[in-house]
Amino acid sequence: MSDSSLANGGSGTDLVRLTAADTAASIRRGDVTAVEVAQAHLAQIAKVDPLVKAFLHIDADGALEAAASVDEARAAGEALGPLAGVPLAMKDVVVTKGLPTTSGSKILEGWRPPYDATITTRIKDAGIVMLGKTNMDEFAMGSSTENSAYGPTHNPWDLTKIPGGSSGGSSAAVAAFEAPLAIGTDTGGSIRQPAAVTGIVGFKPTYGAVSRYGLIAFSSSLDQAGPFARTVEDTALLYDVLHGHDPCDSTSIAGLSFDATGAARAGAAGDLTGVRVGVVRELGGEGYQAGVTASFDDAVATLKGLGAEIVEVSCPNFEYALAAYYLIAPSECSSNLARFDAVRYGLRVGDDGSNSLEEVMSLTRAAGFGPEVKRRIMIGTYALSSGYYEAYYGQAQKVRTLIVRDFQAAFEKVDVLISPATPVVAFGIGEVVDPITMYRNDLCTLPASLAGTPAISVPCGLSDGLPVGLQIMAPALADERCFGIAAAFERATGILQIPAVTA
Amino acid sequence: MSLSYEDVLAKYEPVWGLETHVELGTVSKMFCGCSTEFGAEPNTHTCPVCLGLPGALPVVNEVAIESTIKIGLALNCSIASWCRFARKNYFYPDMPKNYQISQYDEPLCFDGYIDVEVEGQTYRVGIERVHMEEDTGKNTHVGTSGRIHGAEYSLVDFNRAGIPLIEIVTKPVPGCGALAPEVAKAYTAALRDILRALGVSDVRMEQGSLRCDVNTSLNVPGAEWGTRTETKNVNSLRSVERAVRSEMIRQAGLLDAGTRIKQETRHFSETTGDTRPGRSKEEATDYRYFPEPDLVPVAPDAEWIERLRAGLPELPAARRTRIIASLGLTNDEIQQMANAGVVDLVGETVELGAPAAEARNWWQGYVAQKANEREVDAAELPITPAHIARVIALVADGSLSTALGRQAVDGVLETGNDVDVVVAEKGLKVVSDTGALQAAADEAIAANPDVAQKVRDGKVAAVGALVGSVMKATRGQADAAAVRAILLERLGVPE
Repeated sequence: MSDSSLANGGSGTDLVRLTAADTAASIRRGDVTAVEVAQAHLAQIAKVDPLVKAFLHIDADGALEAAASVDEARAAGEALGPLAGVPLAMKDVVVTKGLPTTSGSKILEGWRPPYDATITTRIKDAGIVMLGKTNMDEFAMGSSTENSAYGPTHNPWDLTKIPGGSSGGSSAAVAAFEAPLAIGTDTGGSIRQPAAVTGIVGFKPTYGAVSRYGLIAFSSSLDQAGPFARTVEDTALLYDVLHGHDPCDSTSIAGLSFDATGAARAGAAGDLTGVRVGVVRELGGEGYQAGVTASFDDAVATLKGLGAEIVEVSCPNFEYALAAYYLIAPSECSSNLARFDAVRYGLRVGDDGSNSLEEVMSLTRAAGFGPEVKRRIMIGTYALSSGYYEAYYGQAQKVRTLIVRDFQAAFEKVDVLISPATPVVAFGIGEVVDPITMYRNDLCTLPASLAGTPAISVPCGLSDGLPVGLQIMAPALADERCFGIAAAFERATGILQIPAVTA
Repeated sequence: MSLSYEDVLAKYEPVWGLETHVELGTVSKMFCGCSTEFGAEPNTHTCPVCLGLPGALPVVNEVAIESTIKIGLALNCSIASWCRFARKNYFYPDMPKNYQISQYDEPLCFDGYIDVEVEGQTYRVGIERVHMEEDTGKNTHVGTSGRIHGAEYSLVDFNRAGIPLIEIVTKPVPGCGALAPEVAKAYTAALRDILRALGVSDVRMEQGSLRCDVNTSLNVPGAEWGTRTETKNVNSLRSVERAVRSEMIRQAGLLDAGTRIKQETRHFSETTGDTRPGRSKEEATDYRYFPEPDLVPVAPDAEWIERLRAGLPELPAARRTRIIASLGLTNDEIQQMANAGVVDLVGETVELGAPAAEARNWWQGYVAQKANEREVDAAELPITPAHIARVIALVADGSLSTALGRQAVDGVLETGNDVDVVVAEKGLKVVSDTGALQAAADEAIAANPDVAQKVRDGKVAAVGALVGSVMKATRGQADAAAVRAILLERLGVPE
């Protein structure tokens, strides 16, 4: 598959432009060492990250050490895994032992966790080389990474634009060739939307397929970690490392095993004959940019050309997804974020002997949380209050059930549902100030989040020079199907060529 | 002016209810693998989960679920086929997550009862629910007040955080009249005995592994139930009884004066026996309960429940009936034992091989007397049927006299040690050295010539005084019968 043979040695630029699959194959063959690969990516970070600002913390020593141990394993004749030696950017919401983990918040500044998340362990065990921790909207609340307490990340396509969010640091790192792989988390669209607006692939798994142990919780019933990469196959390779049952997470599904890589490779044959694809009527039309709609229509035509049967499907309750989401997620976050109280870790403000414990808690939370986090804590606290619970949280849960039923009814008629991944392409940093306008970025991604079903975003063209994403949604546990169809689509359209970062 | 208890009952009827918290005796905590061992160095039994570190998630302890179902079955409850945990949200520094994982409107066990007997009458106490939750950490406030307000600084020990707790809530219990305090106490005792029999908790009230909140209200006969108060942290059987009684008297005083009863939380004082106002329920925290999204629902299948039911041990009530029947005692004797609160203790002592009459004498006599002195129930003393059975055996084989047996009981009450340890440490043994006894007998005769002469003259019964003298001289360590024989022999009087 690779057109850039490294048999005679490759330059650093070549190395960072390789796919993860080719990088790993080159390391296995001995064309390049894992240390050289890590060095090339660290050099690229040094070059472009002052502009992109994807990383909150770069762990050069740790990355080179991990890469060296892959090289040692190879020298000792050990078999290397499919992604051994490939660099990865880790979203800062994932707990990493000994490495700063802030979740984009001042309240956790300086905290070094004493344990690894389950996915951190899985990534380390696969020989994947973690380069550092990436920027994000504070506690994963946002769609632009502007809510980070540490400043915004810039879209590599146009540095004046947002890279999506909340996993914008991870999507930008991959699009800026700082890493071929990255981890994001998706609560309402925080993998798919940043993937779409940075022209890469991002996948949100079936809820329960990837362990949440060690993800700093935003909304427990919605949070799922998932992979980013520049190709469908690379995304699948990383997903096969991440998924699987974890006894430390009660909501993790037992006995689950996917072959996403196999599905992606099979799908790349490109034949979609007999596949029924549903276009969701409610996810389009008014409020969708013309360029987004045009790219989406082209994508529908491409799928049809591959043999797919296109059916229009109505999911009437999707209309209420935004309202339901903005009750459920804030409710859960108001409880999840209660633990940041200055007692055991993180920021402590006002502990000078003049304030009571309640005052120290209150001063710390006032200083440590940003405005969007406070807004959601207040909404959630209100929605769960005695006397309001049924009208808000209870009602939102009923809507959630109706959305699940819409999906079930649709999947009786079609194999997958498709929509644009976002209504608009990347907007300017500082351009959207109204929270509701910001929330509307997640219109297309929210239904699959609320239903716990898998969905992938794959590039489907450009609008005014900025990438547009196609969302492919499958039934629960049909994660492989997303990869198969996305791979067929990618083969037909070609892998999106991302330009180099320019100031 | 407070009313007499009789005055209260002449005008009002009490309704009571209990919420009981029990620490389960599982090896590990409710939601993580940390040890539940009591008394370890602070913060040594902790991990990311029970410290509530960012990212950590709970996983339910299956043994705790099993124990809870057993408790539910023993209390004649229905077991939910599907139920969820809930989060109870409030800020407190001993709560690592600032929410407690508990159960709210979907308890694992519900709608049961137990029957308790007081003064020959059976009372049915309805069980509203049995649910699971996690314990909090423990704060120590350093400073003169010993409370959080005004403390110089505070220390938190999270070893207790996450230990499985069971809450058992009764339905309101009307219809007990004057006996309401006794029935509440009998219910607590019955509950404790059931928990012990199930082996799910060591139920040490003094270590706080069983804590009661007592609800009490009064109403005029025929009227609706009155406003209740909740008295927190009532931690002994006797205190349960006192708390109900003192609340009845206090509330009656207010009602007589035309004062409304405030729905509030009150605190019980072990020293005064009174209750004092605490936090008012009318301005209570809104806990914002919602289903715990980090845990999947608990859905015990019917087959598992039936297996647990089949595996339940013989429960105390059934056991008591069986034992009473086997004791061969008269109804009066059984009633006397019941009044002294020693029926089960006697029964268990007999099961360990002691003769029924001896077991009854020890428990209802010397031990009950010690319990009275300490103002506790015999069952609350640190002495068990195994201890008494051993004392009875040692007296029976002549190793101890009855007087020495009592000293052994005293030693057990002081130290909690095994009888054999107490006997060895105190050097308790019957003096069987005939030479020493003969010398002591001769001394007693010499010291009491008048008594000795009386015996020689044929008043054999008078020898008792000399026996007492010898026993005193040997500090009770002689066998009285042997001493008597030696004395009579020295005095030349045939038996």
